Order: sequence, then C-alpha cells, then structure tokens
Amino acid sequence: MQKDRGLISIWFFIGVLLLAYGVLILGNGLYELSSPPEHPVVLNELHAGIWMGAITLAIGIFYTYRFYPKKGK
Amino acid sequence: MPQLPVAFLLQSGPSRLLHLSTIDVMIIVLYFAMVLAIGLYLKKYTKTGEDFFLAGREMTAWVAGLSFLAANLGSLELMGWAAAAYQYGILATHWYWIGAIPAMLFLGIVMMPFYYISKTHSVPGYLQLRFGEPSRALSAITFGFMTVLMSGINMYSMALVMKVVLGWDINFSIWVSSLTVAAYVVLGGLLSAIFNEVLQFVLIWLGAILISIIGLVETGGWDGMVKRIAERNPGQEFTHLWSGLGSFTDNPMGIHWTGIVLGLGWVISFGYWTTDFLVVQRVLAAKDLRSAKMAPIIGASFKMMVPFIVILPGLLGLAVLPEKLVGEAAAVATNGHSYNEVLPLMLARYCGPGLLGLGITALIAGFMSGMAGNVSAFATVWTYDIYRAFIKKEATDEHYVSMGRWCTILGVLVSIGTAYLVMQFLSIMDYVQALFSFFIAPLFGTVVLGMLWKRATPQGGFWGLLTGTLSSIAMWAWVKVDPSAISIIALSPHAKDMAENMYRALWSWIVCVLVTVVVSYMTKPKPDSELVGLVYGVTEVPGEGHLPLMQRPAFWAVIVCIVFVILNVIFW
Repeated sequence: MQKDRGLISIWFFIGVLLLAYGVLILGNGLYELSSPPEHPVVLNELHAGIWMGAITLAIGIFYTYRFYPKKGK
Repeated sequence: MPQLPVAFLLQSGPSRLLHLSTIDVMIIVLYFAMVLAIGLYLKKYTKTGEDFFLAGREMTAWVAGLSFLAANLGSLELMGWAAAAYQYGILATHWYWIGAIPAMLFLGIVMMPFYYISKTHSVPGYLQLRFGEPSRALSAITFGFMTVLMSGINMYSMALVMKVVLGWDINFSIWVSSLTVAAYVVLGGLLSAIFNEVLQFVLIWLGAILISIIGLVETGGWDGMVKRIAERNPGQEFTHLWSGLGSFTDNPMGIHWTGIVLGLGWVISFGYWTTDFLVVQRVLAAKDLRSAKMAPIIGASFKMMVPFIVILPGLLGLAVLPEKLVGEAAAVATNGHSYNEVLPLMLARYCGPGLLGLGITALIAGFMSGMAGNVSAFATVWTYDIYRAFIKKEATDEHYVSMGRWCTILGVLVSIGTAYLVMQFLSIMDYVQALFSFFIAPLFGTVVLGMLWKRATPQGGFWGLLTGTLSSIAMWAWVKVDPSAISIIALSPHAKDMAENMYRALWSWIVCVLVTVVVSYMTKPKPDSELVGLVYGVTEVPGEGHLPLMQRPAFWAVIVCIVFVILNVIFW
C-alpha cells in the first residue's frame, strides 16, 4: 500500500499494538495463576487471559516482524 | 418538550457493572495513543485534495475492503444488533446476510466499474455527472443530514455503554472520543480514517470474539444454547432464520418473509451498500479497478462472519443472563437493564482484567470507526458537492483541503448535538431503519436506473429522487399520526416497527422508479456521447478474461454466494 510514497504499512502499526496488548494480557493471566482474583468471572477456570494473551502476542510479533519498515523506504 | 433519556441518565448518577483495573486502563490509553500517532504520522502524506478526500486512491483491495466493512461496524453493529438479537432472536442475522451480501457483491461486480471509471469523488458527484446539479444538490443535502444523525447515534451508544459498564460521565465519554476522531481525521483525512478503520476492525474482532467462545463453552455448544433459549422462552421462536417468517404473528419481529426479501434484501440493503457514500468512499480509494471490485467482495466475506461476534452474544444473553432484559422505557422505570446493554453485560460476565480492557477497546474502536466514517464522508460531500458546487467554485486545491479539515470539526460538533435525538424511537436500530427508508431507498432507485438505463433523463432522475424521498417521509408521518395506517403500509395490522420500515422503503423505491421512468419518457434523453463512463451499454468495462481464475473478482463473488446460501440453509 502506497509503497512508492514510503508509507509504513498499517499492518505494522497493528502488530505493534497487538504485541503490547499480548504482553499485558498474558502477563496478567499468568499473575492471576498465583494470585486468583477476589471476584472471578464466569468460567474463570478456563484462564482465558493466558491463551488469549498468547494468541494476541503471537499475532503481534508476526505482524511487527513481517511489516517492519525497511531502511530507505 | 419531552424529557430526553440521555438527560435522565445524566441525572440518575453513576452506576456501573464493573471496575477497570490498571491493565485495562493501560490498554485503552495505548489504543488512543496509537490512533493519534497514526493521524500525526499521516499528516505529512495528506497534502492534496485527492489525498485528503480519497486517500490518494492507492489502497489495496484488502485495506479498502476491511475499511469498507469497518466504517459500517460502528456502535450500531456492536450494541444495536446484539440488542436486536436478544429482542428478536436470530432474525437479526438477516441484516448481515440477505440484508448485505447480495448487495455487496452487486456493488463489486456491477456498479463499481461505473463509480470507478467515472472518476467521481462521491455518490452525489456521480449523480451530477449522470443527472446534473439538481440531483446532486438533493442527494448531497439529504446525505449530510442523515450522516450527522448517524453520528449522533454513535455518540449516544458510546455514552450509554461507558455509563453502564464503567460509570463514566457521559459528557466525558462523548468529548474524549469525538475529539480524538476529529483530531486524526483532521490530520490525515480519509487516509488516516482508513488506516485507523483497519486497526479498529482487528481490535473489534479480537475484543468481541471471546464472548462467543466462552459463551458457547458455558452453554455446551450451539445445541445447548438453543435448548436453554427454548426452555426460558417457551412458545417463542428465536433460533430459526426463515421458518417463522410465513406469517406476521409467528416471529418476534412481526414481519413476513416478503418484507425481509423485498424490503430489506432488495431495497434497503442495495440502497445502503451501493449508494451510501460512507461505505462507497472507502472503495473509491482503491488503487485500481480490480481492487475496487475485489474490496466489496472481501468485505462481504467478513460480513458473513460478523454475526458470530454480534448476534451470537445476544442469543447467548437470552440463554445465560439471570435477569430478563427489557425495553429502554421499562428499564428506566424499573431500574433494570435494557436490551441495549446485553453486550456489556456479557462482557462483564466473561472478561477479567486485561480482556475487559480489550473488550472495552473493541467497543470504543467500533464507535470511533463509525464516527470517523460519517465525519470523513460528510466532509467530502460538504466540500465537493455543496461548498465547491454552489458556494465557492473557483478556489485552490489547498483551500478545499482546508475547508475539509474545518468541516470535519464542524461535523463532529453537530454530531454531538444530535446524540440527544436518538431515544425517540423504540430501539436504536428501528431509528436507523426509518432514516434509511427516507433517503437511501429512493437514492438506490435513482442510481441504479442511472447506471443501467441510458434512457433515464436528468429531469427523470431528479423528480424520481425527490418524490421517492417525500413519499417515504409522508408514509412515516402518516403512521405517526394514525397508527392504524400500518396495516396499509406494511400490509398487516400485526406488523411492527421493523416491518413498517421495510415496506416503507419498498414503496418509496417503487415511487422513485415509476416517477423516473414516466418523467424520462416525457423528456429528452442525453446523447450517448455524454453517457460514456457512466451508463451500462455505452461504457467499455475492462474484462477479466486475461486474469488467472483466482484473481478474478467474479470467481470470488461466486464463492461468497455459495457460502451465503449454505449458511441460510443451515440456520433455516
């Protein structure tokens, strides 16, 4: 997209944001393993924060790496 | 003057379903920082009018397609249709499938070549080329009016969800989000809006999919959910798409299948997806004709999946929420929860710290993408089709870009003012359907005749559009004054608001088409030489025969069509 004008791809911005989100959500999910919440949500035992955080982090890493702005562009 | 519901909410004091943790706040703040950073980054790439209003016409099919869909995924989609699913059951899915897919495919395959080849910057701009200035003026003014009202709906929905879920002050929610949208659209124009819409599209999916996944785990899958809904709502049909539409009284929406197929599937759907400049503008930004044809097809394939993050949470709410949700008025009277709160209630049920922040960010992203879509389209139509056409014809490109930026700010401010109108109707979506039938249905009649029938004359186009719009408003007013008139408009005394909107759209489209045809035969047509690039039959549309099968838009349109039919059969 608009490579001739040297624009950074939107997918890079998405990757960076998801990477940050993945770190935060996965980190919190792991923390809750050792320190369970006082008022757990329904089906808290599924540990959605861990697997959702891991998926978000993986997608974020992939897009950040794949669309990282190249020098000279 | 009746008491405005939003004012009531302001007086009722803060109430909240849950509290945000530090991580949730960080996720939301990161989102705001990112959208503003994108706007700032893109400012230097937005210098000319084509950059600001058409994103330089350099978008790939994927970006244009996702943006095309995200601009429609405003708060209405997330909140309104989850609410409609709780209220009407799976029937709400019709607005995603028969009410969208055929029209999106038609836009891509049949109409997009004319929009793209004519090099128009807007739908009113196409009408000017095809039918002349009067048709453009009428279309631009009605579009501007509808657009700011739609923005008002976004504002209201956002304020409501922030109040219910987080206890945030309504004014705070409205001003922070709307000023952020104004900032990034002013900075980067349509380019910035499209970039952010793709980002918002990803966040909406990521934040909303969790409710459906965990909800299905709780109910034991689809069959378990259906069983629970049947047990809790005996004698009511909530889980079949078509089998309850044989009679007005056999389904919770009070509508007949003819209303769904002709009113929604034909007039409203085709009108919205093929002539509403809010969505068409995204496709006009595509880099070439093939991308412009592929973008709506890519959008359609994702549109088919949206019910899994919007309708399914509403159905799951019917199955698992302990309290019965009610209409807005009853909720205010009993201090309970309304249909419109089903999505945040489900979010509160399943999402802990971090995931809650992601879910709230998804909702905010939905609000902002819808608002940005309205505002950027409004700025384009105002600047090109009203200001440049009728107020200041000769000015520099720089001047019009500056006008577009100021108009963006003005559009946001006017939208804030319209937020208080929304609750005059039974539900958010009923209100939108009423608006669609006023303007969109007749516009579709005018545009489709303009593209496919070269005998249509400028006078025919204008008078058809005007009488179609006036007839729709007249029918709406008639039912407001005399509610029994619904049995004439919607063909049954048992019809409800949604059905009335469908049929009113159908009649107004028929009025528009008939008047256009009659007036056209009474007036002199344009010569063929003036219709090249605008009308089927006198325009050479580049073929796709030289492309490999997998790169042909028509091939993918057929694939989407097959999946669409299969889904309807599965959920019949």
